[in-house]
Amino acid sequence: MSEQIDQALARKYDAGFVSEVESETFPAGLDEDVIRRLSAIKGEPEWMLEWRLKAYRTWLKLTEPEWAHVDYPKIDYQDISYYSAPKSMKDKPKSLDEVDPELLRTYEKLGIPLHEQEMLAGVAVDAVFDSVSVVTTFREKLEEAGVIFCPISEALHKYPDLVKKYLGTVVPRGDNYFAALNSAVFTDGSFVYIPKGVRCPMELSTYFRINEQNTGQFERTLIVAEEGSYVSYLEGCTAPQRDENQLHAAVVELVALDDAEIKYSTVQNWYPGDENGKGGIYNFVTKRGLCEKNAKISWTQVETGSAVTWKYPSCILKGDNSVGEFYSVALTRGKQQADTGTKMIHLGKNTKSTIISKGISAGYSNNAYRGLVRMGPGAEGARNFTECDSLLIGDKCGAHTFPYIESSNPSAIVEHEATTSKVSDDQLFLCQQRGLDPEKAVSMIVNGFCKEVFRELPMEFAVEAGKLLEISLEGSVG
Amino acid sequence: MLTIKDLHARVEEKTIIKGLNLEIKPGEVHAIMGPNGAGKSTLGYVLSGRDGYEVEQGEVTFKGANLLEMEVEERAQAGLFLAFQYPVEIPGVSNMEFMKESVNAMRKARGEDELSSAEFLKKAKEACKQVNLPLDFLKRGVNEGFSGGEKKRNEIMQLIMLEPKLAILDESDSGLDVDALQVVANGVNSQRDGERSFIVVTHYQRLLDFIEPDYVHILAQGKIVKSGGPELAKEVEASGYAWLGQADEGEEA
Repeated sequence: MSEQIDQALARKYDAGFVSEVESETFPAGLDEDVIRRLSAIKGEPEWMLEWRLKAYRTWLKLTEPEWAHVDYPKIDYQDISYYSAPKSMKDKPKSLDEVDPELLRTYEKLGIPLHEQEMLAGVAVDAVFDSVSVVTTFREKLEEAGVIFCPISEALHKYPDLVKKYLGTVVPRGDNYFAALNSAVFTDGSFVYIPKGVRCPMELSTYFRINEQNTGQFERTLIVAEEGSYVSYLEGCTAPQRDENQLHAAVVELVALDDAEIKYSTVQNWYPGDENGKGGIYNFVTKRGLCEKNAKISWTQVETGSAVTWKYPSCILKGDNSVGEFYSVALTRGKQQADTGTKMIHLGKNTKSTIISKGISAGYSNNAYRGLVRMGPGAEGARNFTECDSLLIGDKCGAHTFPYIESSNPSAIVEHEATTSKVSDDQLFLCQQRGLDPEKAVSMIVNGFCKEVFRELPMEFAVEAGKLLEISLEGSVG
Repeated sequence: MLTIKDLHARVEEKTIIKGLNLEIKPGEVHAIMGPNGAGKSTLGYVLSGRDGYEVEQGEVTFKGANLLEMEVEERAQAGLFLAFQYPVEIPGVSNMEFMKESVNAMRKARGEDELSSAEFLKKAKEACKQVNLPLDFLKRGVNEGFSGGEKKRNEIMQLIMLEPKLAILDESDSGLDVDALQVVANGVNSQRDGERSFIVVTHYQRLLDFIEPDYVHILAQGKIVKSGGPELAKEVEASGYAWLGQADEGEEA
C-alpha cells in the first residue's frame, strides 16, 4: 500500500513554468550602494532610505537563526540579486491594456485572470511579479469605499504619512535576521488601509510570483484596519521550477485598532524542489499582527510549497478583550521541511486565542509545529485553546510538535491538545473498495483531516485550497 | 457471475485458503458458514483484492473477467461489494461526500454521467430510510462515533446506493440485536432482484432466518467441506461445528 502512496505523491508541480519576460535585474550582491540604488529607482523619500540603511546595519550584526527544526546549506547573501522587474514596467502601465501580454498570460496560466470582467466577483487582486507589483484590480470600486489597496511602493508616494506611522511598528526592523534583511531590501508588496467603521466591500488578494533566476523576493505587506473596520485579505504564491534554491523573506504587519477585524489567509504554493530535494524556495517569513481593544486578527494558512518553511504568524493581544486565531494546514512531501506555528502574546485582560494546526507529512519530509502561548502579568482571565494534529502518510516522514507555554498570570487558562495519526491501510482499502483510486482516497482523507481549517478560508479559496491539496497529493497535472 | 477454482491464498506467511471451489450464478444467495479461523473473512478480502492477501494458486472469474488481475477499485467498479465486519472511521469526511465520490466513481467507470446533487440526495435519502437511519447521518463523518449497529446499517446503506452485481456480507450480523438484524436483513432482501448475487458470511445460523440462502457452504480449514440447501444451516445450529474434525479429513471440497 505504501508503494501506491509513494506513486500518488510523486506529483508534478504545475506552476513550475518560466515566463519569457524581459527583465531589469540587479547583479548579485548586497551593500549600502545596492540599497541606495534600489531606493532611488523607486523614488523613495529620504526617511525611507535611512530606515532601510539602519535595518541593513542591524542585519549585519545579527546571525542567521539555527534553532528551527530544518536543515539547509548556508545561504550566500552576496549571490542573490536584490531587485528584478519586468522591463515593460519601467513606465508603469496606467491600465490593464498597457500591461505586457506575457505577464497577463502568466497570471492566467496560474488561474488568476487579471481582467476584471473575468475575475471572481468580489475579489480585488494585486499581482506582484518578482520585485514589483504589476497590476491592482478593482481600485476604483475600493476607493469609493475609502479603502486604499495598492503596492506599498506606490503608497510611499501617495500616502507617506500613513506608511511612516505604521511601518515597523509591529515587526520592528531589527526584529530578527530575516525581518532585518527584508526591512533593508524589500521591493514591493501590498498596502491596505481601511478607514474607521468601513467594512471592506470585497475580498482583497495579492498573488506573488518569483520568475527571475537567482533573485530573492522580499515583499512587505502592511494592513491597517482603523477602529471598527473589517477586511479579509488573501495571498497566494507560486514560482517556477528551478534547480537553484531561491530565497523568499517577507514581512507582513497587521494593525487592528479598537473593534477592528482582520482576516488574513495564505495559500502558499512556492516551488518545493524536486523529489531529491534539489531546488525550491526558502520561505523565511515574519508575520505578526497587533490587536487593540476588542480587535480580532485571524490567520489562516494553507502551506503546501517551499523547500524549507520558517514561519510563525503571530498575534499580540494588547487590547483588552482582543482575539487572536491561527488556523493552519501545512503539508510536506518529498524532501520538504517545514517549521511553522504561531505566537499568541496575551497582554490585555480577557484576551482569547485559538490555535488549530494540522500538519501532514508524506514522503521523506519533516513537519514541525512550533508555537508559543504567553500570558503576560496583565492578562487577567485570558484564555488559549490549542489543538495540534499531525497526520503521517507512509513511514519515512516525521512530525514534531514544540509547544511553548509561559504564564505569568494565575487567572489565565491555557489548553493544549495534540494528536498524531496515520492514513491507515484500512481507510485506504475502504475507499478503494468503494471504487475510489488511491490518489483520490488519500486526498479525501487528508481533506477530511483539514476540514476545521478549510472552514475558515473565504469560500472561493476554500475550494482552491482543497484542489491545491488534491494536486499536491495526486501527481496529476492540474 | 463468480467462479472460484482451486483457490489457495495466504496472509503473510500463513496459507489460509487451501483449495476452495465455488460457483455463483446471477441472483443466487450463498451462505458461507464455519468456525472461527476457517478463512471466512479472508475469502472476502482475497476476492476484493486487499493488499497483503496473496493468491498462491487458482483462478477466479467475475463476470467473465480474470478478477485476480484487477486492482481493488477496478473490482469494486466492476460490481463487487464488500460489507465490512469492522468498518473503519474516516474523520472529517462526511458520509454524504464519501458516498457521492463513491457513487460517481462507479458511474464514471460504467461510462455514465455523474449524478447531480439533487439526484444524489434523493437516492441517499431513500437508502437511509430503508435501513432506518436518520437523515442527519449523511452529514456525520464516515463511521465517526457510530455505534456497532449504525456501522453495520451504514454498510447496507452503501450497498443499496452502489447497486453492486455481487455483494459479500462479512458477518454483517455480528454484534446486532434482533431488531437491528431485522433491519439489516430487510435492507439486503430489498436488493434481491433475481440478478444480484450475494455471499453471506456468518458464524451463526440466526441471520439466515432473515436472509434465506439458496445454498449453504461450510468452510473449514481453508476449504468448503460441505454444501447443501438452507437445511444445512439448521444442522449446524443443532450440532455446532464439532463434527468438522472428522469431516475435514479426506473429503474433497
